[in-house]
Amino acid sequence: MLSPQFKALYKKEFQSFFKTPLGYVFLVIFLFGLGYMTFEPGRGSFFLLREASLRAFFEYVPWMFIFLVPAVSMKLWADERKRGTVELLFSMPVTVKVAVLAKFFAAWTFVGLALSLTFPMIITVLILGRPDMKIIFLGHISSMFLAGAMLSVGGFFSAMTKNQVVSFILSVATCFILLMADSPPVLELVGTFAPKYFLNIFESLSLQGHFESMGKGVIRLSDLCYYAIMISFWTFSSIVLLNENKSE
Amino acid sequence: MIVVESLCKNFDDFFAVKDVSFQVGKGQVLGLLGPNGAGKSTTMRMLTGFINPTSGHAKICGHSILQEKEKAQSHIGYVPENAPLYDDMDVREFLEFIYDLRGLPREQKVSRVEEILKLCVIEDVESQKIETLSKGYKRRVSLAQALIHNPDVLILDEPTDGLDPNQKHEVRKVIKNLAKEKTIVISTHILEEVDAVCDRAIIMAQGKICFDGTPASLKAQSPTGRLDDVFRSITMQKEALC
Ligand SMILES: Nc1ncnc2c1ncn2[C@@H]1O[C@H](COP(=O)(O)OP(=O)(O)O)[C@@H](O)[C@H]1O
Ligand SMILES: [Mg+2]
Repeated sequence: MLSPQFKALYKKEFQSFFKTPLGYVFLVIFLFGLGYMTFEPGRGSFFLLREASLRAFFEYVPWMFIFLVPAVSMKLWADERKRGTVELLFSMPVTVKVAVLAKFFAAWTFVGLALSLTFPMIITVLILGRPDMKIIFLGHISSMFLAGAMLSVGGFFSAMTKNQVVSFILSVATCFILLMADSPPVLELVGTFAPKYFLNIFESLSLQGHFESMGKGVIRLSDLCYYAIMISFWTFSSIVLLNENKSE
Repeated sequence: MIVVESLCKNFDDFFAVKDVSFQVGKGQVLGLLGPNGAGKSTTMRMLTGFINPTSGHAKICGHSILQEKEKAQSHIGYVPENAPLYDDMDVREFLEFIYDLRGLPREQKVSRVEEILKLCVIEDVESQKIETLSKGYKRRVSLAQALIHNPDVLILDEPTDGLDPNQKHEVRKVIKNLAKEKTIVISTHILEEVDAVCDRAIIMAQGKICFDGTPASLKAQSPTGRLDDVFRSITMQKEALC
């Protein structure tokens, strides 16, 4: 698994986030945005809740992710194919599988770094009271899984097109539908063409639902399986897709 | 070194390469000639394992490009058309990345990269970002990348395309120096290049081989002794037949 190819590509991909403004812009907007929304003196925010928890923080995580995670994943393959470096890459002894996994994990690590830089929030609630650390910890784990799922979706659309903007828009749209799969508007829309039993399956695919369930402080096997299946499915699809279209 | 047996490649119902067979031995420099769209790049992409042939077979140093793809690839150094590179890396960093990507021993990394920087005369730009380099330097970086693992087989797709005459001369000089110990396949549509570096020429047109021999015998086919004329007559003939 950890072949020299994987390591080299993982390292290069991770570093590449800091070679362009993308990485820094991501970090600044992510941290500032989450900080602002959490402490914004408006609806349901941190101060109104009057409790030492990160509930307000985790509420906004999916909404930051939905725009920022596709921005991280959009270039993974689209850029490589557009510039032709994909030909260089796959004329080396590197399999598509290893390359897809290396890029995915590099992007995931980057989002993980961004998430870990929100540690001042934890310090804040620790100073203010005695928060339930288990819930905070699981909230972060849950956020990581959410990011992983969205990155795998984004990676797939990045492999599908050479155009980064197209890949971004398709990823945001798909992530939005997946996130909101259990909400009435989306269910109604799907209900117009899909049969009833499909609606139930579709509803259970909601990212939001699984995200919140783990954030409440319980690890359910079904949530873990959900994320595992979600990430494997999109990653496997990326591998199949790239094998087909890498040379176009 | 390279054995190619009736390689074919279709894109949907379009034949890009049709029944191409040839063998290249050690120390040979094979020039793959042909007009644009003849299928040179497609043939090279199949040899380097980037795309799979529709049918047919090829072996690099005894390793099949289908069943032992990674082994075959480890014997090949490849400069793709237009020499794509990771623009946001600097030269040394890029070469170290390729070194690692090929899974070469860590201990010799620094010394090998040093060596290759010298060989390709890119020492003075080693810490420059690749996107800021001139075309000639980019080409040499791409050549350095292809040579880093000291491969037995070099596949160069139009390595002098778009360079000025001095840069062309420089790149050809590097290729000539390498020719003694390696097997080289070089594609071009510039005929003087065949005279300058190759000791064997294959002319392709519309995906098929229509000439295979030495540059001298190619010239002998023309009453005027000019490569241009033979090239025209051979490739036009082919097009007329199709
Ligand atoms: N991925 C592809 N899809 C469809 N057609 C292709 C593809 N790659 C190459 N071709 C076609 O195959 C033919 C040969 O192309 P190529 O090998 O690049 O020619 P050359 O390198 O000799 O100029 C061209 O007509 C080209 O349009
Ligand atoms: Mg070509």
